[in-house]
Amino acid sequence: MSEAEPKTTKTVEIDSHSMNLGPQHPAAHGVLRLILEMDGEIVERADPHIGLLHRGTEKLIEYKTYIQAMPYFDRLDYVSPMSQEHAFALATEKLLGIEAPERAKWIRTLFSEITRVLNHLLNLTTYALDVGAITPALWGFEEREKLMEFYEAASGARLHANYFRTGGVAKDLPAGLEERIAEWVDGFPRFVDDLESLLTANRIWKQRTVDIGVMSPENALAWGFTGPCLRASGVPWDLRRSQPYEVYDQLDFKVPVGRNGDCYDRYLVRVAEMRESAKIIAQCLAKMTPGPVKVLDNKISPPSRADMKRSMEALIHHFKLFTEGYHVPAGATYTAVESPKGEFGVYLVADGTNRPYRCKIRPTGFAHLQAIEVLSKRHMLADAVAIIGSLDIVFGEIDR
Amino acid sequence: MAEEIEVAAAASSPLELLAAIVATLPGVSGTAIHYGEVVATAGRDSVLALMTALRDHEACAFEQVMDICGVDWPHRAERFDVVYNLLSVSLNHRVRVIVTTDEQAPVPSVHSIWPVATWWEREAWDLFGIVFSGQPDLRRILTDYGFEGHPLRKDFPLTGYVEVRYDPERAQVVYEPVKLVQDFRNFDFLSPWEAMTTLPGDEKAPRKQEGGA
Repeated sequence: MSEAEPKTTKTVEIDSHSMNLGPQHPAAHGVLRLILEMDGEIVERADPHIGLLHRGTEKLIEYKTYIQAMPYFDRLDYVSPMSQEHAFALATEKLLGIEAPERAKWIRTLFSEITRVLNHLLNLTTYALDVGAITPALWGFEEREKLMEFYEAASGARLHANYFRTGGVAKDLPAGLEERIAEWVDGFPRFVDDLESLLTANRIWKQRTVDIGVMSPENALAWGFTGPCLRASGVPWDLRRSQPYEVYDQLDFKVPVGRNGDCYDRYLVRVAEMRESAKIIAQCLAKMTPGPVKVLDNKISPPSRADMKRSMEALIHHFKLFTEGYHVPAGATYTAVESPKGEFGVYLVADGTNRPYRCKIRPTGFAHLQAIEVLSKRHMLADAVAIIGSLDIVFGEIDR
Repeated sequence: MAEEIEVAAAASSPLELLAAIVATLPGVSGTAIHYGEVVATAGRDSVLALMTALRDHEACAFEQVMDICGVDWPHRAERFDVVYNLLSVSLNHRVRVIVTTDEQAPVPSVHSIWPVATWWEREAWDLFGIVFSGQPDLRRILTDYGFEGHPLRKDFPLTGYVEVRYDPERAQVVYEPVKLVQDFRNFDFLSPWEAMTTLPGDEKAPRKQEGGA
């Protein structure tokens, strides 16, 4: 054709195509595999494939005694181990009809809050890392290291503590630990200020998180959100306040609630929670009094090493506890605690033997991760990464 | 455990009041309070009507389904319990609804009431083989791609059937039947004082329990 064609608008059809993200991806927080249906650079549909870290914890627990089941809970959400031990210990105590002594309750509350700070420090800083800020992670991990030293001093392990036991805690805090924690908690608010100076008003951080992944309060409830994610959407709900366990009803703390339900609010709620946790830790230290740290019934809690050297009965108790364990009367309970990520529940069915008949673990991140489908819809691919970070996902507990 | 379940007649505490209200909802066959928790048993055909009522009734207002899980009782005619743990954020109470089913009979899906139910139901299908009717996305969720069987059933062995390893010769991951170098050990820790129903030399005594131990 020699004549020039008339100019027309040309429509280019871009097919949506699917893309695989993970399971080995630094921003996948473990082993998340996301099948993304993309329209250009816009996420149309996100389909998480989980289970790559499935270890059959619930099945294993059915074959273990109640004492042996406890360490599995550390290995679920390995960022907040003691909170999960807590749920199992409370559930078993409920079925046994026992209650931990006063000091054990204070120690558990203290370490639940230390765990909350540990968890939020990891989440917020790696979330910032996903979005491009490296410094918070460097600072936060130093602080985490101090907290893990407290873990180590109390339980002997930095991560998998196995410290909370049915009927109390494994052993009393070593001499001097309370003073060290008090010293740390004094300086911690200043650290949070420093951390906030890096992020809260940071232009890049706000561009990446404000109005990203917005969840309305109604949607958040329907999608099973709990914990900071639910509170960021403006629902004032905290199990520590509304269904208090241990000594939370004697403590003075605030429940931070967000307004917009976006990634930025989820960040702000967690920062505020760290400050509240520091307050709770200080109160626990002030109100703690000496006393027994586990129930005195040697059918449930092991006798001391010194007793075993002298008393035949103590030796028999020790042997029976660590071979047969204790029998839990038949019954079922759903017991939940406010773990750093939200509601962590244990549905425990006992049949009167020394092993749980069924132990269903209600992971927190399971519900949050499912909602990524609605959260990331029509967002850019890079925003999906910010959303994953803001949901605080750990695969140990999601896959179990 | 029908004998344990008694309908709360006189409601004097908030828990009993909730139990009494739940008992009037469609399909509920009984309510009870165990360990300070309201437990309701219901027929599986009325699950959808019941759950909608639990969410929308102003004295229930269960906005959240915290957990849906299965429990396997292989000796029963309908071997599975499907357990719904509901939470009301506005009224601050919980309820547990238990329906029974077997390997074939489907339980109506509640994903239209709470979208979060999809993954809980996928999990119950994956681990127990409980079928949910009306659930459009009943894929496996926790187990491996191509996994066979439902591992949380009581008749599924703890060690499973296949093991996975990387085969350097074939340069790929291979699945093989499980080989245990040591026999699987499952100790019977029940104390003889509780487990033995007839003591040696005591065979002629009248039996209290038939087929115990």
